[in-house]
Amino acid sequence: MESQRCKGMRDLLPDDMGKFRYIEDTFRNCCTKWGYREVRTPSLEYLRLFTATGTLTPSRLSKAYSFLDWDGWSGERVVLRPDGTIPIARLYLENLSFPARFFYVTDIFAFEQTGKENRERWQCGVEFLGGASPMADVELLLLAHELLHSLGISGVQLRLSHAGLAKALVKELGLSPRDEARMLGRILDGDWQAWKEAKSNNLELDKFLVSLVNFKGKLSDFLKKVKLPAEGTSPELESNLSNFIDILRLLDDLKCDYQIDIAAIHGFEYYTGICLQLFSRGEKIGGGGRYDELLSLMGSKSMPACGFAIYVDPVIKMLSLKEDERSESGVLLRGDEKKSRVVEACFSLAQSLRSAGRIVELDFAGESVADYRWVVSVSGEESFVIIDQKSGEKWEVRTLPQVVGILGVD
Amino acid sequence: MANQSNYIKLALPKGRLLPDTANLLDGVGLGFEGYSEQTRQYRLKSAKPPYLSAKIFWEKDIPIQVSIGNYDLGICGLDWIEELLVRYKASAVVKLSTLNYGEGYIYAAISYESEIKNLDGLLGRQGNWRIVSEYPDLAEAFALNIRMRRFRIFPVWGDAEGYPPENAEIAVLWARNEEELERKGLLPLMKLLPARATVIASRESLDNKDLASVLNRFAPMLDNREFSLSFEEVSSKEGFVGSLPRPELKKVKLALPDGHQQPPTAKFLERVGLNLSHYSGEVLDYHPSVDLDWLGVKVIRPQDMPLQVANGNFDLAITGKDWLLDHVYRFPSSPVVELLDLGFGKVKIVAAVSQEMPASTMEDVRQLLQKGKLPTLRVASEYVNIGDKYLCDHHISPYKLIPTWGASEAFLPEDADLLIDNMQTGKTMAEHNLKIIDVLCESTACLIGNKESINSPDKKEEIDFIIQMMRGGLS
Repeated sequence: MESQRCKGMRDLLPDDMGKFRYIEDTFRNCCTKWGYREVRTPSLEYLRLFTATGTLTPSRLSKAYSFLDWDGWSGERVVLRPDGTIPIARLYLENLSFPARFFYVTDIFAFEQTGKENRERWQCGVEFLGGASPMADVELLLLAHELLHSLGISGVQLRLSHAGLAKALVKELGLSPRDEARMLGRILDGDWQAWKEAKSNNLELDKFLVSLVNFKGKLSDFLKKVKLPAEGTSPELESNLSNFIDILRLLDDLKCDYQIDIAAIHGFEYYTGICLQLFSRGEKIGGGGRYDELLSLMGSKSMPACGFAIYVDPVIKMLSLKEDERSESGVLLRGDEKKSRVVEACFSLAQSLRSAGRIVELDFAGESVADYRWVVSVSGEESFVIIDQKSGEKWEVRTLPQVVGILGVD
Repeated sequence: MANQSNYIKLALPKGRLLPDTANLLDGVGLGFEGYSEQTRQYRLKSAKPPYLSAKIFWEKDIPIQVSIGNYDLGICGLDWIEELLVRYKASAVVKLSTLNYGEGYIYAAISYESEIKNLDGLLGRQGNWRIVSEYPDLAEAFALNIRMRRFRIFPVWGDAEGYPPENAEIAVLWARNEEELERKGLLPLMKLLPARATVIASRESLDNKDLASVLNRFAPMLDNREFSLSFEEVSSKEGFVGSLPRPELKKVKLALPDGHQQPPTAKFLERVGLNLSHYSGEVLDYHPSVDLDWLGVKVIRPQDMPLQVANGNFDLAITGKDWLLDHVYRFPSSPVVELLDLGFGKVKIVAAVSQEMPASTMEDVRQLLQKGKLPTLRVASEYVNIGDKYLCDHHISPYKLIPTWGASEAFLPEDADLLIDNMQTGKTMAEHNLKIIDVLCESTACLIGNKESINSPDKKEEIDFIIQMMRGGLS
């Protein structure tokens, strides 16, 4: 049968949802303990929210699901949420004015051309509005670490870059405003060639650029190998570099593992400071960064802010399904639907088991295939056969209290 | 007849590219009799080779027709191909090569009247820019490419050059060259792409059919150059020395139709005593002058009027009820209202099928779909929103709506199964061997207005005056 599901969209089946909820619950627990509070934004936003802030690169904007809705006579386009952070910034601006720690679980829409990849992706995100560098940056990095640890994701690699540093470097090249924007666009789209083509009039600076972009490693090595030219660089470049070093130093003190990788900036124009990308088994499972100018671009006073998101879809694939409650203690209750006494007995037994906290599925048609620990067949008012599927043991009993006793329900 | 798999169907353009395309086909021995500017026929048969047939379309229709697989090959301007691909990137259409003709470019341009002289000037300003274009998707790509912060796009059926400066800041439009734009009072900011003639193929046909017999003949004419969207900045020029008539800003703005609706509208306005110069007769002035000093009149396409009135570019307009309905179905919250039924220009909006189709009602059509005798109902219509609503209301499923830009009747039976179109006498329908299976509604010319303008204390008196004047002319 031809699938009637929209191209690029995905169904989540019970096993997927089990993992999804596990991720969500773990995420909620972690964030709540760090003092973050949950928010939710609408699926539909005005396109102008994402262009007005100059925050998504043209290539990302061209993948946004934008259209005219029923209200679109004025030519105002709407989009299916193409990014998680910008709507949160809008929500914050419209409702609050003091520092706020938010978390959210949301879907993001992007048109992937082939239709083979997901066009709707879920993420668990965290935003710290009003959180200044470097303390807030470190808080988020530690939170991300703790979260992935709680989820049981192994081999997590944290790659760090610095958007402020990258932007200040591009500025040093002395390009025209449009060429500068184009260069930044290429860098943000992950075009490595852009860095290689970058040349300034300052030989020392070019050397610095090459060593910086190619460096991969820890702070101690970084300080030895990457040297800022003694003169001729802007205070902006210097202050961004020292901010980067401050954060790394703190991470070293806290024994947090990371790798410096300046080229690891991707897709978001709104980042102004530290940028993080999280990998496990070669797959990207999260990312984020500092975006101190986003709120002022949206028309508010300037405000420091940072955030990150864990990508649910790749993480789901990395989790193995834990033994669930059904196979541990669940009960499948079978009976003949034609015998009214049996039906009655089944419903009443089910109710008492459920109120004792058990999962109970009723099966009058004899068609259920779920793997419950217990199967109880009710053939008469006073005739119950109990099978423990785990041990293979079997009992035949005559009263409800006996059933309850064997199932170990208090 | 050659077997179906060898049969090759071509979609050929009307208009701008027709003479050169006809020459090209003649030159490579694939000429079609009747493919000329005077032609009244749409379907063309080739004498040699006999496995070849062609149909004439508006250029705009060709990429859509080829991508849905109705035609194996097509020739049209790169502009229309990119307009499709920029939004529907996964369209099953392949650009094979540009041809060495098809002049002009798609430009983004502003009015010479504007204080802005180049792209940096534009981006340096805060504004909610209005962009008017026959190419709404290219227009959006342009806006996003230059990182325009806030913009609105007004799609129009034609004459985009007539909108700036008063009804839009920017137009994205075709022009032969920069001089031509200049003559129209427009200053180019960016060249989006060359509007070259291009050969396209349906991806499915390329994969499953042997097109070599036709493509080999084209080979010497292909210039094998790849053109696509390039967003090339046009360097600003100094000292434009033309004199441009600056349209005076008037208190009340009225839009009048061109095309078929123009003669009866001119006659009606004459009868009610609104004296316009150059709205009737040989030379149509897009800014006819009028003997009421507070009234500004502009001629635009009737299809574009509801949207233009909704956005306050005009307070009043004379259009057809069909276009008002199509607009309101799409945008139920639009602030456009019908003020007067003017009674003339009566047409019926009908649903029609080919005489050969075993259906005489929409219920029959629904049954055909349900029984699997038709896989999908392909519906050709200029009225996309009226059509959509009608098909939903009749529980037709599945259907595909093919938007057309005139001459929709020629789509049946091979490229569409159902037609939703207007009909005056039924002559065209009969000529095309079509039968009417339903009448959706009747449409006449009407005066429409913007709700806010009508209630504005500033304009109320003048608008009431116009309404009273027109009411006097109703028979």
